[in-house]
Amino acid sequence: MDIEQIYHEESGRILATLIRLLGDFDLAEEAMQEAFALAVEQWPKQGVPGNPRAWLVSTARNRAVDGLRRRISFEKKQDELQRLIEARSALASQDEAMIDGDPMSDDRLRLIFTCCHPALRVEAQVALTLRTLCGLTTEAIAKAFIAPVPTMAQRIVRAKQKIRDARIPYRVPPMEDLQERLTAVMLVVYLVFNEGYSAASGEALIRRDLCAEGIRLGRLLCELLPKEMEARGLLALMLLHDSRRDTRVTENGEIVLLEEQDRSRWNQESIREGTTLAEATLRTSPGPYSVQAAIAAVHANAARAEDTDWRQIAALYDILRRLQPTPVVELNRAVAVAMAEGPLAGLRLLDEIEAKEELNGYYLLPAARADFLRRLNRWTDSATAYRQALALVSNEAERRFLERRLAEAEGKSGVGPSL
Amino acid sequence: MQYMLLIYHSESNWDKLSDAERGKIYADYIEFSKNITASGHYKGGNRLDFSSTATTVRVRDGKRQSTDGPFAETKEQLGGYYIVEAKDLDEAIALAARIPGARYGSIEVRPIPLMTAAA
Repeated sequence: MDIEQIYHEESGRILATLIRLLGDFDLAEEAMQEAFALAVEQWPKQGVPGNPRAWLVSTARNRAVDGLRRRISFEKKQDELQRLIEARSALASQDEAMIDGDPMSDDRLRLIFTCCHPALRVEAQVALTLRTLCGLTTEAIAKAFIAPVPTMAQRIVRAKQKIRDARIPYRVPPMEDLQERLTAVMLVVYLVFNEGYSAASGEALIRRDLCAEGIRLGRLLCELLPKEMEARGLLALMLLHDSRRDTRVTENGEIVLLEEQDRSRWNQESIREGTTLAEATLRTSPGPYSVQAAIAAVHANAARAEDTDWRQIAALYDILRRLQPTPVVELNRAVAVAMAEGPLAGLRLLDEIEAKEELNGYYLLPAARADFLRRLNRWTDSATAYRQALALVSNEAERRFLERRLAEAEGKSGVGPSL
Repeated sequence: MQYMLLIYHSESNWDKLSDAERGKIYADYIEFSKNITASGHYKGGNRLDFSSTATTVRVRDGKRQSTDGPFAETKEQLGGYYIVEAKDLDEAIALAARIPGARYGSIEVRPIPLMTAAA
């Protein structure tokens, strides 16, 4: 095993352990870099140690402790000295536990709960998770979120400061809080994935890397909490979405609808893995991610668009809306019902949603109506709805899609482009 | 580590309560204070008088200026506080959630930093 591979596979776990031992994010990061630098120097001459991770952790910890001790004796900081003494006494008993394979003792699990603590803003949770658990640089995170580097750096620094100063604990939450806290962790993982997924092709590749990071975090959660079925549902959902990532947009950044995507280019390996996971979650009482994964699995396993089992999808949306009674879920259900029972049934549901006035200003509502009307050959009404959707849409690729559909409707209704 | 739990509530809503309702809330506070004293978390606390009794003081260019009212006009006003000993933020948050005022107002949890003794 070479050092680069060890860095890739183990640095997240090493950093998490060092944060626990040293009680300080920055100190831990610095110490880990030093230990790897030392490894680059020594291993080629002396050989790779039997347990590289243990070597790196103890080397980093010793360097950090020595550094701290020098600084403390200089500044006479009593509280830091106390922390140092505690860290050292913890070390003796930790050496064995540090190497064992019990996932609950994996420090990355503690770290993920600390990074996704509800006392931090969600944007800070996302940034800190990518920085510490995924090892992305601040520059890369800023680029991925199209934010200025100083803004992102400040966001991460403030989050670390709050963890230290308000003493956000570094541990797996107790049983009674676990579900609530896990929900927050899964949201962060899904946000990371979605940020990459919603990036159109042609945008910086780093944004699409976020999909891989989201899936990596999802796998980590499943590995660390094997009994949490909803974590598997989340992983399944990400894998199934990711399986068709390359077919969602053309090279020019035009959106390709699910029914028009080239299914031969969908990633079958991701579909198989995602489907197996989704099926397993459905045997328990599935949560929202699991149900969404099941919906994605039905789509992914239809050989042709016309083979899609829309009745099953409509039934799954019915379960989902009971778990997550949001207007967006209702809208998606209306689309599924329109496919299963016909556009008229879909229009009736849209009328109900519109009457609640919760989705005013959301472009997908008139866009869905326009599509149902299009399928009923009611071209003039369809064009009107496409115009309403266009007035509300903000994403450039989606705007171009709606414009193409509007042009088609106007052509068929005999009304020339009047906009 | 010590935390200050600042209790914010709407004074205008408080005015609208009946004597019996206020009595119930006072009793809840007494009960809560007793419990966190017994568990060793309590380090101090007080109810504050209405914000209409507040005076805000500033010294500018050596001159003292006093103005009527609280520092900031807000929808909810500072009505009291606890100082508690907690091992971390999670424990402080759990204590804050048990304050009777958390059910109708808001509790701000602020760590009290350890002062390093000046040499």
